[in-house]
Amino acid sequence: MNLALADIRHGLGRFLLTCLGVGLLMGVALSMVGIYQGLVREALALTRSLDAGLWVVEAGTRGPFAEASRIPGDVREMVARLPGVAAAGSLTLRTAEADGPTGRLRVQVVGYEPGRPGGPALLTQGRGLGSARFEAVADARTGLTLGATLMFGTDRYRVVGLTRGMVASGGDPVVFVGLRDSQRMQFRLAPAAARRAEAAGAPPAGTDTVNAIVAQLYPGADAAALTEAVRRWKHLTALSGPEQEDLLTRSVVQRARIQLGMFTVVLLFVSGVIIALIIYTMTMDKRREIATLKLIGAPDSTIAGLVLQQAMLLGGLGYAAAVALVFSVRDHFPRAVELGVAEISVMAGVIAAICLLASLLSIRTALRVDAQQALGG
Amino acid sequence: MSAPTPLVLLESVAMVFGQGETAVRALSDVTLAVGPGEVVGLRGPSGSGKSTLLNIIACIQEPSAGRLSLDGQTVWEGRYRVADLRRLRRERIGFIFQFHNLLPFLNARDNVALAMTLAGMGLEAARGRAMALLGELQVDRRALAMPARLSGGEAQRVAIARALANDPHIILADEPTAALDSERARVVMDLLRRVARERSSAVLVVTHDEKIFDRFDRMVSLRDGRIEADQRAGA
Ligand SMILES: Nc1ncnc2c1ncn2[C@@H]1O[C@H](COP(=O)(O)OP(=O)(O)OP(=O)(O)O)[C@@H](O)[C@H]1O
Ligand SMILES: [Mg+2]
Repeated sequence: MNLALADIRHGLGRFLLTCLGVGLLMGVALSMVGIYQGLVREALALTRSLDAGLWVVEAGTRGPFAEASRIPGDVREMVARLPGVAAAGSLTLRTAEADGPTGRLRVQVVGYEPGRPGGPALLTQGRGLGSARFEAVADARTGLTLGATLMFGTDRYRVVGLTRGMVASGGDPVVFVGLRDSQRMQFRLAPAAARRAEAAGAPPAGTDTVNAIVAQLYPGADAAALTEAVRRWKHLTALSGPEQEDLLTRSVVQRARIQLGMFTVVLLFVSGVIIALIIYTMTMDKRREIATLKLIGAPDSTIAGLVLQQAMLLGGLGYAAAVALVFSVRDHFPRAVELGVAEISVMAGVIAAICLLASLLSIRTALRVDAQQALGG
Repeated sequence: MSAPTPLVLLESVAMVFGQGETAVRALSDVTLAVGPGEVVGLRGPSGSGKSTLLNIIACIQEPSAGRLSLDGQTVWEGRYRVADLRRLRRERIGFIFQFHNLLPFLNARDNVALAMTLAGMGLEAARGRAMALLGELQVDRRALAMPARLSGGEAQRVAIARALANDPHIILADEPTAALDSERARVVMDLLRRVARERSSAVLVVTHDEKIFDRFDRMVSLRDGRIEADQRAGA
């Protein structure tokens, strides 16, 4: 006969309420893990989707995400001619505000040449950009639908395709437009000061400047040798795909990651302390029963098992409640809450370890309960 | 007739609670032997040390001095001489407490069965035997009731069934019949006497209950922690 279950059944309502409370707490911790994972995934979403083997940017910068980079548009042809390069495309990146049907949107505008690398990898609806001007492919996160119009300044863009999960490292949804449109936007939206400087004779900022060239390599191409080759060119430098990803995680999202990671650790610690206190209280409430068990000769293993099984059950049920909770609310979060089988299993392991540790203290106390305590009236 | 080895043997046992001015001498120089098959009554005014004496025999309280032997084996002399006290309690001692001490989360039958499963019996067999014991004590009707729903007398009889569950050689009972009417008190005492005879157990019962004084082979009287009288029935 299982004493842990019998005791729980005896005070079922109270136990379930406790599980729910523990579940809410674990739900918060689990959300943090999801937010952390979501942040990392979103930070890399654009780079990963572009899947470039080589990034060519302005010399002395680590662009285009970590630092501003500006290079002439004709570099694309030089890159495309490099041995090992299958295709190359120009890319512009800028954050902009646009007016959509439901209000102002802050978006990451990516300009690319249709037919060349740099465009959206996967469309969930509609089509990619064609040769017509003022078309846009927007991420579902913007809330836009197919056929919606998006105003950048006075230019009217039509949404012809939709992507999912394409966001910039800051969480702004991505809107893809044609390269020429994006260059026009850059020029039109430039601050008044730039326009004045231009009027005073400075070279126009807009015309054929891009932020980076992305290149797709043939299988087996030597990315390191190519980067070396590009670095020898004046005014240019290059990063391999993995280098770019590494750079993004290290410089762009590193602080946010550490911040979230530390907060998650703090939360787990707090959860551990609270779970330990709850298990301790549950055990203390059973002091008399534990003393009785000792009086009738129950071995330590029976008593330790009682405490441990209840702790594990509390953790297990609480965690199930936490998972159910997080999955029912996670779509309402403004940014991705990324929880896969891996995260959920690892968290389950962490919770199990916490419950185990938390119950050790209580088991120690339970084993020290004096059998005489059961003798009083 | 040579006396058989006593199952319970106390030699010059003393018990002092606390220290210095507040010290309470609960037992002084108690020497007592209970042989197999003997049913011994223990009486005395409140505070005379009856419960303390039983607790020492059950290895629940450590005496301050003297020697305790159970089944011919020295159990306490200066310190405990047995490694696994709980096993000793589980297998050799049946204790009926002054307050019944049933586990509140198990029903009457399982409270009795637990004692047997702890000693290694299978659950079904234990439950079967529990039902039989409860039947002998006339509480099988309440077998599936939780302790909180039992009357004082019913709970006490369930506790008695639990104490007898593992066929202990030594049965200690602290006022087992206080909550029972005279007829049920006799049922309980007759059962204890039968167990003592059939299994050659030693039975030691604390009681104030004059109705059952005739059920003892021997009556030991305590006063202020000392044995005042030790009389055989009919002597
Ligand atoms: N844990 C303890 N600490 C201090 N004194 C104690 C303790 N337990 C018992 N005593 C004292 O020891 C003496 C004997 O107590 P005991 O419980 O053995 O009496 P009793 O004969 O069982 O009384 P009753 O008939 O009321 O149950 C009493 O004076 C009591 O106050
Ligand atoms: Mg007493």
